[in-house]
Formats: sequence, structure tokens, C-alpha cells
Amino acid sequence: MKVEFKVISKFIEEKSRVLDVGCGDGILMEYLSKNKVVNVRGLEISKEKVKKCLSKGLAVIEGNAENDLKQFPDLSFDYVILSQTLQAFMSPEKVIENLLRVGKKVIVTIPNFGHWKVRLDLLFKGEMPVTKNLPYQWYNTPNLHMCTIQDFYNFCNNKSINIYKTISLNGEKISHITTSNLKYKNLISELGIFLLEK
Amino acid sequence: MSNLNKIKSILVEKTLKLDCGKEISNFPLAYETYGNLNAKKDNAILIFHALTGDQYASGINPITKKDGWWNYAVGSGKSFDTDKFFVICANVIGGCMGSYGPGTIDPLTNKPIGTNFPVITINDMVNAQYNLLDYFKIEKLFAVAGGSMGGMQVLQFVSNFPNKARVALPIACTASHSAQNIAFNELGRQAIMSDSNWKEGLYNEKSTNPDKGLAVARMAAHITYLSKQGLQEKFGRNLQERSDLKFGFDADFQIESYLRYQGSVFVDRFDANSYLYITRAMDYFDLTKQFGGNLSKAFKDTKTKFFIISFTSDWLYPTSENKDIVIALNAIGADVGFVEIRTDKGHDSFLLNVPDFLSTIKNYLNTTYSNINESRI
Repeated sequence: MKVEFKVISKFIEEKSRVLDVGCGDGILMEYLSKNKVVNVRGLEISKEKVKKCLSKGLAVIEGNAENDLKQFPDLSFDYVILSQTLQAFMSPEKVIENLLRVGKKVIVTIPNFGHWKVRLDLLFKGEMPVTKNLPYQWYNTPNLHMCTIQDFYNFCNNKSINIYKTISLNGEKISHITTSNLKYKNLISELGIFLLEK
Repeated sequence: MSNLNKIKSILVEKTLKLDCGKEISNFPLAYETYGNLNAKKDNAILIFHALTGDQYASGINPITKKDGWWNYAVGSGKSFDTDKFFVICANVIGGCMGSYGPGTIDPLTNKPIGTNFPVITINDMVNAQYNLLDYFKIEKLFAVAGGSMGGMQVLQFVSNFPNKARVALPIACTASHSAQNIAFNELGRQAIMSDSNWKEGLYNEKSTNPDKGLAVARMAAHITYLSKQGLQEKFGRNLQERSDLKFGFDADFQIESYLRYQGSVFVDRFDANSYLYITRAMDYFDLTKQFGGNLSKAFKDTKTKFFIISFTSDWLYPTSENKDIVIALNAIGADVGFVEIRTDKGHDSFLLNVPDFLSTIKNYLNTTYSNINESRI
């Protein structure tokens, strides 16, 4: 399992209710339901992936976070997970608002546009960056709203969203992000994982 | 229909109070089973048929000698794997394959009941079929499943008996029959009732049969089961065994010939009065209204795991109506999965060879069945 999923599953307390938004093939859902005894649901936009999840007996519904989150009642989940899809939404702001409405706690992972390789691409090549986590060209990328760890941190502050924990992932390396190391972590992290509460 | 004695049935002695207010008892309920009930009795699946289906879901229908209506899905190694599961399917009351219906002979008059048969509902159908659980001494079904009107019965079953099925598969259905659906059913009923051979429903006594009306009803309904794209690809404007238009009203086009054929074979196997009663039951189906406008309340006590499936090209029971059920279930935190299968085969997709659909159900049922057994250990 991806390091990212290991970090996310550590955030989650046993016997809680979890919604995995953009659950993909359901790998994290399967892990959580086998190891954490949680009641876990998924929302996924790709028919192929939904079929894979359902074939594993997982409670996944086909849908889009921008339209389909509204059917879930307020605070109906202990945790809502959004892994590396925030940047693909038309309105990330509204999606985050909805996630915080549905979940008591929200876990958001973002690919960090502030990583040094990304910065160097733009600085030296003068081209839009193409990296392992961001493998698309500017003309075919599904990512409409890229941000950096710093950007997301500022966003949460402006919106008065509480950040409980922030984890940096750089390859296999896991470390904590704090206000004092934020500038540095924003330079070296490939992914940022945020645990949020309204 | 000389093979009617091959039909298995139970006699329901208990009184069943129908939604219309009438009571029925000592009535026959015809059924068929596939596979074997295991010792724990935890592998039973009750399948509900659609408007023109019957209890012969798999194998060869002994009455019509045609393939069972859900042969693609039910059988050894199939979606509902009869090597593993015990599949039960009953003919709905109001039907014409051995269950209590308008064609049943009234012992008092020795004549078919005809239009003296009470108007029945989906709720009545489900309550009648519940007697099969008692008959087979099944405490809890592993699953209930069905498409179209079968899906409506699934929803009603779980609502009536929230703790009697572990899994529910309502496919290509709705919680509330739409105006468009009612309109198409009314078209079919009018076609039957305006056939002079219908004789106010007493055609059996008068040895006539409203074949023409029933065939037209079937032709109209059949169009609603297909998609525009599917029809276009299969038939286009192709001509039927002729090279030019004949400037008349014979079946010039293949689609005309196809529909005429569908109508003609249908009248051999289906009873016109049953068609009236069953379409009426569908029209009356409004689970949302049964629960004061809040569909979630229909399922509030259920622990059943739902898996809802719709089809992209189904305009009769469109994805939006299937999704309304998903939304109602999510609102109460029920365990629900949902996928819309991509196909151009229209509403009929659930009856046809749509590999994605068939394999997803198979895997879902097999995994869920083994998960349940694991969690019990």
C-alpha cells in the first residue's frame, strides 16, 4: 500500500465511519475495513473503478464530489478522505466546505506544486512542470487548481479551518510540518497530508 | 399449455389483506427453485420477476419451451451462481403462470375470475411471496434481487421486512412510477380494452382472446425497453426481405416486422387481463408516498446492504430515478453501492448479455457472501 494511505489510516480511529471521496480501486477502503474495523463508504467518478470496488463488495457509489456530496447529511461521517483530487475540481473551495459539513474530521492530500523540482522546471526550463505526481502536459491535465502546501495552509487560515496535523511525504520519507518548518517543507515535500476540522 | 401440471406451487392458506381492502386466502403461489439450500439455510436468494416474467428465471421454461427470462444471470457459474446459491423465483399474484390471477378458475362459478380479480399492488405481490420463506423455513435470505418491476418488489420487500435479506439488488427501477411510465402502461391497457375480443375481461368464457390488443400493447412497451441508438444500430432503415418500399402498409421496414413478431409471440404466452392487473400494480407503486414523501423512512430500520444498478441508455427507468433511491439511503447512512452501467441496450439491458453488469453482480455477491461468513467466525 502507498505510504500516503499508511499515513491516512494512522489518522483514523477504530470503529469510526469513513467516507473516501475519490476512492479509486478501493485499496484504502479495503485496508481500513480489514484492519480498522471501520464502516467505510466510497464515492468515485470512474465507472471502471466503481465496478472494481463493487466487485470487492465495497459500498461505493458512482458520483462526482462536486454534485454528489450534498446527499450526505451533516456530520454523518467521523472522517472524510480526499486523496490527491482537490486540484481537479471546478470549485475546490466548495468541495472543502462540503467535506467539512459531512465529516467531523477531514483528511486532504495535495500534490505539492511548491516542490523544488516543480519550481526549477518553471525557473530554468520556462515550461509547465511535469513530474511523477503531476505527469500531465498543460494541455491535457485534469488538474485545474494546483496549489502548494503553503497555499493550502493559507487557505485554511483564511477560512478559519483548524489544521490538526500536517504530514509531509517525500518519497518514502514521512515528517511533520509545523509553522516553523513550513517554508522548508513546502520546498522538499512531494505530498502534503492535512487533518482538518471546521 | 398442456404442461401446467409441471408447475410447482404452494397454497397460501393464511389470509392476505390486500391494499384495496379485500382479503384473499387459500390461493396458489407458483414458484421454481435453482440450486440447493444449504444446511445453514443462509444461501437463499429470492428473485422477483418483471412485468411479463414468471418463475422460470433459468434453464428452459417448461411451459413455453423457451430460455428462462434471466438465463444470462441465473445458473451454474453465472451472476447468481446456482452452484453456490439457492435461487427461488415466484410468479407474482396477478400473473398467469400458475399463481393466483385473473385467469384462475373461481371454484364457485367454475369460470376464470377475470376482471372480478381484485386490483393488486407491488406490496401485495411481495407480501404473498413472503410466504415462501415460511415454506422453505428460511430465517433470513442472503439476497433479494430483481430488475424493473422486480426491482420495485426488492425495495418494497426490504421496506416491509427490514431484517430478512442481507443484500438487496434493485436494478433499473424506481421508487415511484413516473407519469411517463403510467402513460405507457395506459397505452397498453387501452390497446387491450379496445380490442372487441376483450369482452369486458370475460374473453375466456366467450372463447375469444384480445390478441390484437395485447400484441399492440407489447409492441408499444417493447419500444420503451430499447434505446434509440440501439434500434438505429440494429435496424436502421433496413427493409424487410424487399429491395424497395412497397407503397403500402405491410411491414416494409425490419423494425416493423420485428415489432410485429414480438407482439405475436407474446400473445401465445401471456394473458391480457394479467397484463392489465400487473401494469396497474406498477402504476400504483409509490414507495415515497407510502412514507409521507420521505423515501428514507421506507428503509429506516434496515441493515440490508444495497447494490443499485442503472443503465446509461435506459430512458424508462433512468439513472436519475435509481439515484434517488441511492440518495434516500445515503441520507440515513445505509450501506449502499451504486453504478450506472454503460450500454446502448436500453431498459432491457438487465435481461441481456451485458458482461460488465453480469460480472459485477457475480463478484459482488460472491465476495459479500464470503465476507459475511468470515465475519461470523
